[in-house]
Amino acid sequence: MSWVYISGILILSGINMLTVLGLSLLTGFTGLFSFGHAGFMAIGAYISATMTMRMGMPFIPALLIGGFAAMLAGLLIGKLTLNLKGDYFCIATLGFGEAIRLILDNIQFFGGARGLANIPTEGTTTLTSVVLINVVAITFLVFIIKSRHGRNMVAIREEEMASQVIGIDVFKYKLMSLAISALYAGVAGGLLAHYLGYIQPIMFKMVKSTELTIIVIFGGLGSVSGSVIGALLLTFLPEILRSFYDWRLVVYGAAVILIMITRPQGLMGGKEISLKGIFNFIKKFINKNKDKEEVKS
Amino acid sequence: MSSVLSLKHVTKRFGGLTAVGDVSFNIEEGEIFGLIGPNGAGKTTIFNLITAIYSITEGEIFFYNKKLEKLKPFQIANIGITRTFQNIRLFKKLSTYDNVLTACHKAADYGLLDTIIRFGKFKKQEKELNDKTAELLKLMGLWEYKDMVASNLPYGLQRKLEIARALALDPKLLLLDEPAAGMNPEETIQLMELIREIRDKFNLTVLIIEHHMDLIMGVCDRIFVLNFGIPLAQGTPMEIQGDKRVIEAYLGKVEGNYAEGK
Repeated sequence: MSWVYISGILILSGINMLTVLGLSLLTGFTGLFSFGHAGFMAIGAYISATMTMRMGMPFIPALLIGGFAAMLAGLLIGKLTLNLKGDYFCIATLGFGEAIRLILDNIQFFGGARGLANIPTEGTTTLTSVVLINVVAITFLVFIIKSRHGRNMVAIREEEMASQVIGIDVFKYKLMSLAISALYAGVAGGLLAHYLGYIQPIMFKMVKSTELTIIVIFGGLGSVSGSVIGALLLTFLPEILRSFYDWRLVVYGAAVILIMITRPQGLMGGKEISLKGIFNFIKKFINKNKDKEEVKS
Repeated sequence: MSSVLSLKHVTKRFGGLTAVGDVSFNIEEGEIFGLIGPNGAGKTTIFNLITAIYSITEGEIFFYNKKLEKLKPFQIANIGITRTFQNIRLFKKLSTYDNVLTACHKAADYGLLDTIIRFGKFKKQEKELNDKTAELLKLMGLWEYKDMVASNLPYGLQRKLEIARALALDPKLLLLDEPAAGMNPEETIQLMELIREIRDKFNLTVLIIEHHMDLIMGVCDRIFVLNFGIPLAQGTPMEIQGDKRVIEAYLGKVEGNYAEGK
């Protein structure tokens, strides 16, 4: 395997990871399921590609504009649908995702079903830029979660009625969560466009949204490290299995089912990997060995 | 003394069913006010009306002489009315500490940007929140359970935690929905003491729904009795205990029911 191939997969997992991180805030921490995040990715991808191709804008500002466009769409769709409860919101996001794809299919400015080609890939989405953006994204996400805003979101996930009664503006926090996750998805979309060099509406089908939600659940709801590991594993898995192409999606499905049966709470089950945790684990491990030695002697 | 909460001719209908019909009462500052009545009398509905979970069909509610209208439940909490629930609603998977810490959020006002900068305002206010949480937990005797997941707490302590969480908002009026449900007599007495204690400490006014008559009679200054959504009687515990209509509502008419009874 060549380095180009491996770094390519790493870039793709990084792009997935970014979307999944945002989705993790919405699904894992605020308790809202979305099946339309590919729609936000599509908005980010198309807007940022237009910015660099047609406006000649530099990469990073274009990426941000793509992200903010997705965020704006998130705010709009959230304003309209976040009053819906649970499953109904889920259906609304599903409709949103498909609608975005079909709209793009029909706008000639964006190339219709053929999509956009010749998006500049030189010096834009590189492994370095993807890793850097992900580091920033993870840091921001953890900061948000470990603040009163994050706690309020978790409270909404746990018990919506009680959150209202302790003065949490449930609607505002749901909207905030959706907007941030749309921003992440939008930036990820921009990265994808500038990595592949071309985009088509068909890339952002519902299957893509489902895949993203599966990764979040696979990694464990309410765990940032779970989302990171999940994104890496589930992007790599189909690639590793590429040699027996016909069966790879079956294995992929089986792997997801297996983890759901053995660990319904997901890979990390709401826990986080932290330096402190690793340190404690090593300390415990050493102590255990010491105890064993003492017993032996 | 000034009036904290007053209900004026409050009515709530669900379709054709009148859950609460023409209820009026007035709670003075610093009072512990009891709301009693047989099951299904509409007591919890009144709580839901006060906290804007339901909308009022007719009538008005005043809080410190200001009319409560067009407010959402979270805004009601912000102006100083908090409540507990009959079927405990804690953040079950969070620790005792986090339950209270979350509820303290009103004491801080840093924005999203501050959480990313993470210095100055954020640090100072987070420390204040944590101090406040610790103080509250110690006061409520929950400090030793601070790391326990809320759903693993014994039942009595869950009730206590719910009260602690409500107090974290510095309310002026606390609504307790059957705080003693599922408690043994000893725990009930402790709860009575606790309610008085927090009233004095936090300068609260308390409205309690309860079925434990010893608690209601022991702790309340005044009592309001509701039956099938309709006001039945109002007065001091002594007056209520002697009220014939109340006894009838709870136990049935002396002659009629004995004759039919097994």
